[in-house]
Amino acid sequence: MSFERKHLLGLEDVSAEEITHILDTAETFKEILQRPIPKVPTLRGKTIVNLFYEASTRTRFSFELAEKRLSADTLNFSTSASAVKKGESLRDTAQNIEAMKVDMVVIRHSAAGAPHYLAQCIKGSVINAGDGCHEHPTQALLDMLTIRDNYKDFKGLRVAIVGDILHSRVARSNIYGLTTMGAEVALCAPQTLIPYEAEKWNVRLLNDVDEAIGFADIVMALRIQMERQTQNFFPTLREYHNFFGITRERLDRANKKVTIMHPGPINRGIELDSDLADDEHHSVILNQVTNGVAIRMAVLYLLSGETQE
Amino acid sequence: MKKKLQKSHVIGEKMSGDKFIKSKNVLLKNATIIENGYSEKEKWDIFVVNGKIDTISPAKGSQPFSGTVLDCTGKLVFPGLIDMHVHFREPGREDEETLKSGALSGIAGGFTAGCTMPNTNPVTDNREIVEFILEEMKNHLFSVFPIAAITKDQQGEKLVEMAELVDAGAVAFSDDGKSVANSLLLRRALEYSKMFNVPIIEHCEDANLVVGGDMHEGFVSSNLGLGGMPAIAEDVIVARDLMLAEYTGGKIHIAHISTKGSVELVRRAKDKGVDVTAEATPHHFTLTDEAVRSFDSNYKMNPPLRSEEHVEAVIQGLKDGTIDAIVTDHAPHSIEEKDAEFSAAPFGITGLETALGLIARQLVNPGILTWQDIVQKMCKNPYQILGMEAPQIKVGEVANLSVIDPAGEWEVDKFKMKSRSRNTPFHGWKLPARAVAVFNNGLYYLVDD
Repeated sequence: MSFERKHLLGLEDVSAEEITHILDTAETFKEILQRPIPKVPTLRGKTIVNLFYEASTRTRFSFELAEKRLSADTLNFSTSASAVKKGESLRDTAQNIEAMKVDMVVIRHSAAGAPHYLAQCIKGSVINAGDGCHEHPTQALLDMLTIRDNYKDFKGLRVAIVGDILHSRVARSNIYGLTTMGAEVALCAPQTLIPYEAEKWNVRLLNDVDEAIGFADIVMALRIQMERQTQNFFPTLREYHNFFGITRERLDRANKKVTIMHPGPINRGIELDSDLADDEHHSVILNQVTNGVAIRMAVLYLLSGETQE
Repeated sequence: MKKKLQKSHVIGEKMSGDKFIKSKNVLLKNATIIENGYSEKEKWDIFVVNGKIDTISPAKGSQPFSGTVLDCTGKLVFPGLIDMHVHFREPGREDEETLKSGALSGIAGGFTAGCTMPNTNPVTDNREIVEFILEEMKNHLFSVFPIAAITKDQQGEKLVEMAELVDAGAVAFSDDGKSVANSLLLRRALEYSKMFNVPIIEHCEDANLVVGGDMHEGFVSSNLGLGGMPAIAEDVIVARDLMLAEYTGGKIHIAHISTKGSVELVRRAKDKGVDVTAEATPHHFTLTDEAVRSFDSNYKMNPPLRSEEHVEAVIQGLKDGTIDAIVTDHAPHSIEEKDAEFSAAPFGITGLETALGLIARQLVNPGILTWQDIVQKMCKNPYQILGMEAPQIKVGEVANLSVIDPAGEWEVDKFKMKSRSRNTPFHGWKLPARAVAVFNNGLYYLVDD
């Protein structure tokens, strides 16, 4: 199939066919990444800017590596949103990008909708690398690629997303992507961290993490931001860990095969036990990281409009 | 000690007096007159001589007339409309709007008067600023009635000198932009202001419940990951304010009501005889929170655009009289501030020039309200709320008139607006009605000229 999309801003309106196409394309890049010289000339001559207005290690490295593997010319811009005056920098940056005739922009920003705003200002393609609490589509795609490596079909597959759903862009993109692909999704969090009318997403809502583990083939743990406890979303990290932490005891009690995923970085010992995160029997967390490069290569390639056929 | 504020150097004032014509001898020919008392007269001639209504008589066809003839066939003539909730940014942000540019925006929208909210810089909380505003707009076609702050610098801590401000010309008090959080202070304000028969206008919003909020809390905010401003943040303050008004016998006016719960609370309070009135804006009965999916900051205002059920409740409230007035909450913002990612942009949109068209589109043409009802909500009721006499279309009265074309379709073009700011979500909309002319203070203005 041909890929018509110019931007990848989120997964909310992306169809099952498109997701499958992206995942299939990523498979071919995974094969390339296994080669002794894992580099192809696909995007030679293309200029890509990585605009990171928010701290990121994993996602930024992953995009940079994907761009290098595709032979694109890249520019990196990293700053914290607090270091620039709100609202001012994005417009100015967009105009500079226009003037430099950049082909694609990868943007991470603390404001929901910032990539959508940018997409209206510039002619090139925009890839959302995480916007506020809104979406993080490439993360969800790499999660789905990792799931597909381990399970044959999304249909009927049960995924529990556990943690701060309210503030999680990873959760939203996964909810959209996984439900589109036919998986059954449960959200498990303290009631304060479940978004308003979340039931309209056609997901199961749970407040009991044992129930979530009992339900799930896959448990996706989310990072808990330390500042949420000062905002009274929950009383203490201690209580959070005791009631919502994914622990070895809980998995043993469930007595079933459960795959553990986490978008990183992990607060070890808070939302996820350290030894579980490193346990290859359960955890596919490092596979997620590896798949991230392949997914980003696929997305960059598909949005670039280059067709090999 | 009085110190007169100096007029700041405002350059390039779009509107000079030259478009205002003296209404020495004007005939509004073959007009449909809609009065404040619900009567409607078709095919009448109104003669305006030296700014006053000289004669009103059934239209007589063509006969010699030495003055200017304004053919009002198919047009409606209202007593001058007032918008009792506008933000003109003077003093402080003359780059966004001045008193005079705001006035011209109002005139273009068919209004002859407006009440300016006190969140100027410095805040309108003292005699000097009230007098500055009145002096600046003296003898202007568009009458400005200043609303003063309830508390000093709108800080919610200390009452302003209400008696002096009323004496200076303030017509109401409001800390618009936020509620008076301290219930005791609001109680005092309601009691103290009773002495002057002026309303306390409350922007009802619990500041804690909307922390981090950019839009209405609902499924759309959940989808977009934007901070939610729940409807109950408005409801809890409306409930408190109504209780305080009932207890004190004070006069409370609920600004820009936007939720189902608040409308119901006001409805019940009115049934109980509480001295409460309420207003709603065109955008709150026209748009829903679905519009925010575009992440266009022209859909960002406070109160936020609500979901369908709240919009329906506002329309129902307008229909059954729970909501007394229609106001625009005209809130100009500079392009530099508004043109940004959603959460970084300030709240507010302009409204004066699109109000009549939206009212026709959303309320009159679908048969929800009649133009007679609209005149009540944009003339008689607001003046009554402010304790002022509403203009009347009567022989011997000052000609304070709004002439509108109820079938004059036009396309909204933000670049052609009279306001200094362009932050409207209605750019490109085709609206079914428009203002044609306004008369007031011995002057008139033809909107299309």
